[in-house]
Amino acid sequence: MNAEAAKGLSELLEQVTGFIYPNEIEMHWGILVVVYPYVTGVVAGAFILASMVKVFNVREVQPTYRLALLTALSFLLIAPLPLLLHLGHPLRSYEIFLTPNLQSAMAMFGFVYAWYLMGVLLLEIWFEYRGDLIRMARQERPPMRWIHRALSLFSTDVSEAAATFDKKAIKAITIIGIPSAFLLHGYVGFIFGSVKANPWWSSVLMPIVFLMSAIVSGIALVVFLYMVVTALRREPIDMRCLDTITSYLFYAVIVDFSLEALDFIHRLYQSEESVKILGKLITGKLFMSLFVLQILLGMFIPLAILVLAKMRGFNDDLRKLLYFIAVILIQVGIFSTRWNVVIGGQLFSKSFRGLMGYKMEVMGIEGLLAAVVLLAMPFVILAVLMRVLPTKRLDEQAGGPVMAGVRPVRPEA
Amino acid sequence: MNKRDFLKGLILFFPAGGLLDALAKEAGGAEKGAGADAAYDPAKHYYGMGIEIDKCIGCNRCVEACKTENNVPKEPFFFRTWVERYRVSRDGEATVESISVPGRGTREAPEDARETLRSFFVPKLCNQCAHPPCVQVCPVGATFSTADGVVLVDDKRCIGCRYCIQACPYSARYLNPHTKTADKCNFCYHRITKGLLPACVEVCPTQARVFGDLKSKASRLVRFRRMNKIHVLKPGLNTEPKVYYAQLDGEVR
Amino acid sequence: MRIPEQVQRLAIVIGVIVGGALVVRFLVVPRSLVAKDLHEATTIQREMAKPVKFAGSATCQMCHGDAVERLRGGYHKSLSCEGCHGPAATHAENPMGGKPPAPRDRKFCPLCHLYDASRPTGFPQINPTAHNPLKPCIECHNAHNPVPLKVPQACEACHAQIERTKAVSSHALLRCTTCHTAPERHKTEPRSARPSIPQRREFCGTCHAKDAAEKSAPKVDMTTHGTPYLCWQCHYPHLPEGRG
Repeated sequence: MNAEAAKGLSELLEQVTGFIYPNEIEMHWGILVVVYPYVTGVVAGAFILASMVKVFNVREVQPTYRLALLTALSFLLIAPLPLLLHLGHPLRSYEIFLTPNLQSAMAMFGFVYAWYLMGVLLLEIWFEYRGDLIRMARQERPPMRWIHRALSLFSTDVSEAAATFDKKAIKAITIIGIPSAFLLHGYVGFIFGSVKANPWWSSVLMPIVFLMSAIVSGIALVVFLYMVVTALRREPIDMRCLDTITSYLFYAVIVDFSLEALDFIHRLYQSEESVKILGKLITGKLFMSLFVLQILLGMFIPLAILVLAKMRGFNDDLRKLLYFIAVILIQVGIFSTRWNVVIGGQLFSKSFRGLMGYKMEVMGIEGLLAAVVLLAMPFVILAVLMRVLPTKRLDEQAGGPVMAGVRPVRPEA
Repeated sequence: MNKRDFLKGLILFFPAGGLLDALAKEAGGAEKGAGADAAYDPAKHYYGMGIEIDKCIGCNRCVEACKTENNVPKEPFFFRTWVERYRVSRDGEATVESISVPGRGTREAPEDARETLRSFFVPKLCNQCAHPPCVQVCPVGATFSTADGVVLVDDKRCIGCRYCIQACPYSARYLNPHTKTADKCNFCYHRITKGLLPACVEVCPTQARVFGDLKSKASRLVRFRRMNKIHVLKPGLNTEPKVYYAQLDGEVR
Repeated sequence: MRIPEQVQRLAIVIGVIVGGALVVRFLVVPRSLVAKDLHEATTIQREMAKPVKFAGSATCQMCHGDAVERLRGGYHKSLSCEGCHGPAATHAENPMGGKPPAPRDRKFCPLCHLYDASRPTGFPQINPTAHNPLKPCIECHNAHNPVPLKVPQACEACHAQIERTKAVSSHALLRCTTCHTAPERHKTEPRSARPSIPQRREFCGTCHAKDAAEKSAPKVDMTTHGTPYLCWQCHYPHLPEGRG
């Protein structure tokens, strides 16, 4: 073992309070394993928001539909990276496809990911954009022309019948996509919830709580991106859209909070053996990240802001500001939620007799810098995607309907 | 090729690279048959271990022998087996420390006669469960139970995801810093299949550790289970451990 | 029914991807990469082929029968050779290649025999600072048959923790033999020939009854106090003021 790592573990050993099993000193799932559920959560949540338009016919939310899909795709593309960087042998990761252990929840990652990426998200995006890609390609110069033609798989049919078929296909894919999104993020909750060795994780509610917080973070992120993108484009925000989405966000936060409160009350009431050490855990090591970041900043304050914004009949600008603050706080809160689950579950000993620490390195393949880069990458990808796949439908763009022969305003990224 | 396809390619690089690597190795290496040790039939044995708490003197010889025999890293963060000391005081509080980790355990218990009711050592190791949660959660099936009751790790296939380490209720597993794969006690499989004892059992000066074959009509372990009231660690988790403790105190987790 | 044009194109792409995956999985990938039984068999083989470092006492006995004989006859009969002499498999393979070390300093024996209150009662323990300081242990004790030079007169040689507890109690001046009778065999077969424990309340009454001769012992009414139990079923005689 290299001297620096040994020194790090020795320092951690000094900080142990009480008794831990000797092998527990090393924290096994670090910041990267916190990033992964956060990322897949955003994917699931953004997709659920998109599904509201197509399946539940919430017309008001239509302006964010394409943005939500592209957000989901950007984050989905990044999702395997934290896992690959975390593995001891990333080059052996193909084994998960060749010899999956069917009893292991983690084994379904490869298949669920591939299905969701190709069978749901890419397919839906393709049907959504196909018509526009063909029309745009007709008016453009290369290289964009060839990119769009390739993306449309060199399709040429822009008839009404084809458009109707596309719409029906989208609806069908979205209907399948909702349980797929639940599976994509819910299985992560099951990975934690099924570990009977760890009482902080072991809970029937874990997959559900993961899902609800995913929906919250996904919706909040799309709201954030929508506000940023329209501001950058210097366009007016559709306030009806924003108000509708934030209503749904509000309901989602209420449900998420209720589930987490239920888990908490249940634990306290049942008072199993682990309750003492878990009490020490949340009042000590997790106090900041749980009570301050997750609950106060991540749930109570955004809830209060949303209630305020809706009940007090503020003007548009004030509501926009409040929404913006709320969605940022929610992101912080949901990231803390993931942190509290993953890291929190490893800060106490399975002997229930001691607590230890987590020293996150800054550099290094599993360090803070790597995590920050991974979290920043989806936004870069989104920016690129938006250049190629405009978030506004062609018939919505400035200048009215596209007229044949007239070069339209170039789609803005 | 646009950026989206580039990224897709990048993500596929790792598994694809590994797959090509493995295929190349397969093409190059010779295939060894599984019949080399035909004399040993795993189906005829079923191994377990017994530990008598009242005999353990906490000398740590077992921990040192195990590290020597199995090339376990010498640093005090990786153990296939370790010894804990329990001190139960009159007000019911139990203090526990690991005497195998220097600095975290005093080698000599301070005199506290008025306050200490009971004090004893507990050796711990992988329980080689009959219903192992670690085998259940391994995504690639790199850890498995053998017919003779030992849970092994295939360190050529382990991807180092550490799920098994999280799933073990006894914290018997660690990630080997050299091979970057999961590692744990395997009853010195290379010894027991040759009729030897595991290293820890071999060197224990008081024979507090007892190794045996549960399928045998007369083995030390069978007698151990006859003469002692048997406890296992964390029975409520239904892992069906095969390390049996005699005179185990209720304070032991 | 006419298949829409976009579906035709999609079908080609999906067909290529799925077909490619199937071809790779079932035609390209060799069985050795996916067969679980093969993986398990090779792992078992690899494990079994690992080198053995500790030869085991049975192997030592093959050449060193006399030393093992001496060992099995004395107090160290439950020890293994390599517990003190270290791993000796290479020596067993090639005896002329080098001898296993034999610990000769005072640092080694206290690993087991240093006094530690958590050690089980009956295990011989010493305080190295007080017990013949600076003398190597093997000067007086033969490691293979460690009979002490002087037969211990007091029980504390093996029952150090009890002695230390009693030494700070009100029973400090009572000898072990006051309450316990140990047969001579107890020194060589301690678990088979155990010492006696008083079986009658009147025994403790010799000092603690109201009319007892001993003036300093606290007195109780033996007819009513704690009947029907024996005194030591509640009181811990090695530390009576510990109240249990």
